[in-house]
Amino acid sequence: MIDVRDLNIALGLGAASKKILDSVSFSVGAGESFGLVGESGSGKSTILRCMAKLFTSWTGDISIDGQSVKTMPPMAFCRTVQMVFQDPYGSLHPRQSIATALREPLRIHRMVDAQDRSEQALADVGLNGSFLARYPHELSGGQRQRVAIARALILEPKVLLLDEPTSALDVSVQAEVLNLLSDIRQSQKLTYLFVSHDLAVVDHMCNEFAVMQAGRIVEIMDRSALSSGMAKNAYARELIGASLAYDKVA
Amino acid sequence: MSSQTPLIDARNLRVCYRSGKGYADAVRGVSFQLGKERLGIVGESGSGKSTIGRALLKLLPSARITADKLSFGGTDLLAASERQMLGIRGKRMSMILQDPKFSLNPVQRVGDQIAEAYLVHSKASRAQAKARTLEMLEAVQIRDPERVYKLYPHEISGGMGQRVMIAMMLIPEPEVIIADEPTSALDVTVRMQVLGILDTLVTSKGIGLIMISHDLNLVRNFCDRVLIMYAGQVVEERAARDLMNATHPYTRGLLAAQPHIGGSRQHLPILKRDPEWKTEGAGAVS
Repeated sequence: MIDVRDLNIALGLGAASKKILDSVSFSVGAGESFGLVGESGSGKSTILRCMAKLFTSWTGDISIDGQSVKTMPPMAFCRTVQMVFQDPYGSLHPRQSIATALREPLRIHRMVDAQDRSEQALADVGLNGSFLARYPHELSGGQRQRVAIARALILEPKVLLLDEPTSALDVSVQAEVLNLLSDIRQSQKLTYLFVSHDLAVVDHMCNEFAVMQAGRIVEIMDRSALSSGMAKNAYARELIGASLAYDKVA
Repeated sequence: MSSQTPLIDARNLRVCYRSGKGYADAVRGVSFQLGKERLGIVGESGSGKSTIGRALLKLLPSARITADKLSFGGTDLLAASERQMLGIRGKRMSMILQDPKFSLNPVQRVGDQIAEAYLVHSKASRAQAKARTLEMLEAVQIRDPERVYKLYPHEISGGMGQRVMIAMMLIPEPEVIIADEPTSALDVTVRMQVLGILDTLVTSKGIGLIMISHDLNLVRNFCDRVLIMYAGQVVEERAARDLMNATHPYTRGLLAAQPHIGGSRQHLPILKRDPEWKTEGAGAVS
């Protein structure tokens, strides 16, 4: 479904130019959920931003469903790939009601039945239609993140890019959002690319994940390798060790 | 807990913020004592845990703080004048904040900032302060303290910044340290290291530590005793190693909602909030 080959990007100009991603390659099957973990600054969010075409100066190839994202027409691209951001407070327009936020993509894509579709999108994330009239400041953090997910889903994409979707939320709210994400992945047959710094969350959500350090993927492993300590790379082992020590049940 | 007089004794502490015309209660009748131990305060955002830390240092000029008793080593904090508070803040009780990026002065060398903390609270000379700072940087396991002394905050990493903050807060040798989410901004690998350093220093110097955090794993691993807060009240108090056996449904709900490495992929249990937890006096007062 997603195929990333030899992705490179350097940001900054002239002497300040710095390589952020260094030949990153991985692929994700349809309906799978693939995780990206690593320290801050390791480039995991940059991969998502390249895929979402928020950065365009990259080299290499990213293809979705066999089609390169560089050549895909923009409208079709938006119908295929959508992104959910970390901060639910920053990702919704404060002066737009939820209805306006949800209808904008529908209007752009000339989709009919705006009212039904927005109500359905909210119902899918467990909110009722009365939220349409509300503004972001009237919602809690968890509700905002649900709206952000509804906004991403309203165009019926096949791939959802999730950039730390729960790290701004409390544990109890995180549990609700994670449950919601696994439900809709099954019901709508979505493919996830899930970025998180929290190994426990990635382990819960993904079958396979890549450990990143300084712009490179140091190891791709599946979930079973995690607790059995089968990581080959030294940094991956350190990361897993630290997370396990932190997570250990006393 | 030790049998001596506690460092901090708070009884029925209430903090109200001004909201519109009236007051909104942020902390409602919290009582606790702190000896030479590590006390954790956990709760979700908005539960009032950070407000307690700020109230202890009287950093809330616009809020109304009342209590039956609020004393720190024999000083009545409620009656203390601002001048008295200046003698307490930093010198005897200090606070480590969440993000070193926002709590360090960006246009001053980090070494000078640490030395300043020392100079303000003692009659040392600049040379002595510098020597002490270098010692302190070494104590927080910074290799090459001479070099780091001369760096500016933007030149150091998050983990190093938080170690600089710890050095700064420990240099006046306070009796109590309040750490408000000290490692939330750090990566897992660095987090353990920073916590280890803080832990060693606090235990070896016999400092009382209040660790404020939303992270149950953190307080379970690095505290002796834990207070669990909900809606401005303490709902449960537990020995940290006994946290898994918590009885209050809120604490149990929080523990269950955490994903674990190697855990099952079942749905995470959702916390069901009982409106009764909010009613005043519902908290288990020990």
